Amino acid sequence: MEEKKDKKNVKGFLEFVYDFYKSMKAHEITLVYEGEITHQITKAFTSLTESNMAKEAESNSVQKKVFHVMVECLQNISKHAENFGPDEYLFAGRGIFMVSRGKDEYNVTTGNVIDNSKIEELTEMLNNINSLDREGLKELYKNQMKEGRLSEKGGAGLGFIDIARKTGKKLDFHFLPVDNETSFFLLTSTISRTL
Amino acid sequence: MEVIKIIGTDDTPNVIFDPENDIFEISGRSLPEDVSSFYEPILKWLDEYSKNANQKSVFNFKLIYFNTASSKMILDILLKLEEMYENGKDVLVRWFYPEDDEDMQEAGEEYADIVEVPFEQVAYPLS
Repeated sequence: MEEKKDKKNVKGFLEFVYDFYKSMKAHEITLVYEGEITHQITKAFTSLTESNMAKEAESNSVQKKVFHVMVECLQNISKHAENFGPDEYLFAGRGIFMVSRGKDEYNVTTGNVIDNSKIEELTEMLNNINSLDREGLKELYKNQMKEGRLSEKGGAGLGFIDIARKTGKKLDFHFLPVDNETSFFLLTSTISRTL
Repeated sequence: MEVIKIIGTDDTPNVIFDPENDIFEISGRSLPEDVSSFYEPILKWLDEYSKNANQKSVFNFKLIYFNTASSKMILDILLKLEEMYENGKDVLVRWFYPEDDEDMQEAGEEYADIVEVPFEQVAYPLS
């Protein structure tokens, strides 16, 4: 009886894996990861994506933009995600990281848990970035570089501005409630393949 | 004066500051895990150097990629050079960028806007 039940569970699990695989294919996901984002992970993912793009003969400028966006997104998670559990690494936040490639564009998406108290500030910052044109973003970047200070974890508050500048697109973001204190912060950046 | 010679890796730049041989260069990629600990010694070195700088110093920046946290540290370096220039030293910044890399060219223009120091942009062909 026990054995039969186990077998059924395994089958269910493997079917889930196949559904997961199909779902990844359907959404053209080329990389997905959930866990701690360390510097080593950042280096591994960027170099993996770089070599994939080189294989696809993606243009230099698209490759560079995707690289920029990936680094900033990964470092955002490693520096800003709420940490639960021991700090084994210098900077390691948990989150989901995903890269997808469609016919016309790349999407880099991140998701991580944040404290609800940060929602207002983040929303304001992202809305402000989305309201600016190319020149406005350039000024904001320059000012932030001049006046901003490096945080304890080495963030300069420049990552989102840089992503908006490099992609030339609005930053799409969303918050979903996790519990009373925290929310899941999702952000997706789009890089056009036809620059 | 001591020489700075840091061999670059895939996430940290090559740095050579060698006053005796008139070589001041930062090149390669910059996305260190901890930007402060990488750049602090370089900034300290510049403080020392500025006390007894060469008649003329040409600082070459030949970066192919830097992350936003590094961009802040690069500005800090340029501000030190501005200070040297304001104190009467002959300083020139040469900002190299691959000829097809508009973003790197624009980054140079922005720095040139912010700091008051002689600044030259140099495009180089991709090999």
